[in-house]
Amino acid sequence: MKRIFLFLPLLIALGVGIFLFAGLGKDPTKLESVLIGKPVPDFRLESLEDADTSLTPSVFQGEVSLLNVWAEWCPACWDEHGYLMFLAKEQGIRIVGLNYKDQRETAFRFLNRLGNPYETIIFDPKGTLGFDLGVYGAPETFVIDANGVVRYRHVGVVNQAVWDDVLKPEVQKARRES
Amino acid sequence: MRWLAGVFALCMALSGLVRAEVAEVYDFDTRAEEQRYQQLISELRCPKCQNQNIADSNAPISKDMRDEVYRMMQGGSSNDEIVGALVDRFGEFVQYKPPVDNRTILLWAFPAIATIGGFLIVVGVVWRARGRDDEPPLSSEDRARAEQILASNGDKTERP
Repeated sequence: MKRIFLFLPLLIALGVGIFLFAGLGKDPTKLESVLIGKPVPDFRLESLEDADTSLTPSVFQGEVSLLNVWAEWCPACWDEHGYLMFLAKEQGIRIVGLNYKDQRETAFRFLNRLGNPYETIIFDPKGTLGFDLGVYGAPETFVIDANGVVRYRHVGVVNQAVWDDVLKPEVQKARRES
Repeated sequence: MRWLAGVFALCMALSGLVRAEVAEVYDFDTRAEEQRYQQLISELRCPKCQNQNIADSNAPISKDMRDEVYRMMQGGSSNDEIVGALVDRFGEFVQYKPPVDNRTILLWAFPAIATIGGFLIVVGVVWRARGRDDEPPLSSEDRARAEQILASNGDKTERP
């Protein structure tokens, strides 16, 4: 009977091993957004193209959109821009841009060089909306439903694999439900 | 060899210039308020960095978070309100001290469980060792046999 206790260390080691193994594949740099299921935080910011136009959360009303947080200074934003162009032009996805802690001049230089996939761009030079959205590293891409509710947040570059596996299903789900 | 020492001395002399520092300075009315601020920023975790508090981190997001903590303190917010406002934006990840609830109870209770468990093991081991002392002493027959064996062994060793 007491022999059973001899296996206790083995069982503990196995238990800890399984627990640690489960954590191995996870990327600790990706945090889930706390805003999921909540409306986009209130804001009133200028449009990048036109300083006289002010934008509010109403830009998300009526259609499922992607909200892409970008800046000229962000190297990964250069990497994903080509794919955003493809999504907007070829797939007809509505993308709203959030120009984060950038300057108008450099932002325009970026768009002139790489093209503009955004239906509208929110200009957030101080990063206030970014802060309220919990943005901690551009690029980030949010799926926002037709009622302006955050459905999903992806941190990092958007590419074919991310779109097919993650964002596209979320967009389709949001479209079905709204 | 002397030039190597020279290079080393130069490196040491210049190293003071490259230390990174959290630069901004905030004004507080009282010393207590400043300590409260330091306490708060040392318990909040930078979401961009993997394991650094916002007091130590130079990431832009940490600066934004320090600004927000300062701004809310000036607005008269309590510690809970400030931490809550940041958790509402960035999630519980930013708290080095998570709240005690059903999901975190094991985390919080584990030191106590480990201590009590270890204590029980020690008590068990000692108790069993005590139990062994209580075994009946040798019977007179056994004692006589043992003495006989010892005596005969003694004979053997004494034999040349």
